[in-house]
Amino acid sequence: MAKVIVVTSGKGGVGKTTTSAAFAAGLALRGHKTVVIDFDVGLRNLDLVMGCERRVVFDFINVINGDANLNQALIKDKRNDNLFIFPTSQTRDKDALKREGVERVLEELKKTFDYIICDSPAGIEHGAITALYFADSAVIVTNPEVSSVRDSDRIIGILSSRSRRAERNEPPVDIHLLLTRYDPDRVVKGEMLTVEDVREILSIPLLGVIPESESVLRASNTGTPVVFDADSPAGRAYVDAVARFLGEQREMRFVKPEKRGFFRVLFGRA
Amino acid sequence: MKLFNYLFAPRPKSAAIAKERLKIVLAHERASRDAPDFLPRLQKDLLTVVGRYVQINEEMIHVNLGKSGDTSLLEINIEIGGAKPNEGRLAPAS
Repeated sequence: MAKVIVVTSGKGGVGKTTTSAAFAAGLALRGHKTVVIDFDVGLRNLDLVMGCERRVVFDFINVINGDANLNQALIKDKRNDNLFIFPTSQTRDKDALKREGVERVLEELKKTFDYIICDSPAGIEHGAITALYFADSAVIVTNPEVSSVRDSDRIIGILSSRSRRAERNEPPVDIHLLLTRYDPDRVVKGEMLTVEDVREILSIPLLGVIPESESVLRASNTGTPVVFDADSPAGRAYVDAVARFLGEQREMRFVKPEKRGFFRVLFGRA
Repeated sequence: MKLFNYLFAPRPKSAAIAKERLKIVLAHERASRDAPDFLPRLQKDLLTVVGRYVQINEEMIHVNLGKSGDTSLLEINIEIGGAKPNEGRLAPAS
């Protein structure tokens, strides 16, 4: 049975698109047929982060309006055969994202894909609500910072009251916390909320901790999901998070300050 | 000595402050988020009705929906201690 996963946060700039790209690529690397959909109508960016911006012909809104079919709009990833990108439109008409149309497209995608990742826009407006409405699971992307934690709490409340599962009294959306931009050095100094603090405040299960890492900017610069950079801490942390999502037990890495060798201290971080 | 204290006194860690502030603000927001939207209207109606008999204002009426086990509990507290009787007058405009 295909699963719809929304990647959401409330607050902007916390790493939703990075996470959507990394998570989708991670699932594809594990052999699952995965599509990642950009729900941020008007501010298309998933195509850039996935490195397929020059291959966009038709988009999500074209398919919803019946101007194109799915096969014309879906972009097959060049690095992994299981991975597909579904770009959004750059129209300024935010209401183009009709709930019935989205439902129809999702139902069609469910026939061929194992996982459908919905990359939500920031905020709690129409686009964000539409992105989470059909979700079976949710990944709440949170930074260890007060405004991000507060907005995550708000989005968790919306998921448990306004999603389709909530409206139909079905089993609730399976909600996971993904803590991003975590800096263990600052946590040790008491300058940043700890993993435990955030988990306790939001009281949802922890899927993973992604350390603040230079590899994330490098990945978006080159249009490569960070999981394809197998040497980077962030890439490995995302691979772990995907494995946990699939039911594996894995120890949390990158939550303690790294021991730096003499040369690392001298020449800065590699 | 003052300077010494200023320089070396343990300062509260900012992460601990963040955690406390978040706990307080979220407890507040969660409570009001879960409240059904008829509560403010109910409070207004109560003010009108009770106001026919005693002089009261909005702050003296507290309406709350709580939960105790499986049952929802509508809790209404109206302070009228010291309030003047309001016989013969019309309800205060709200």
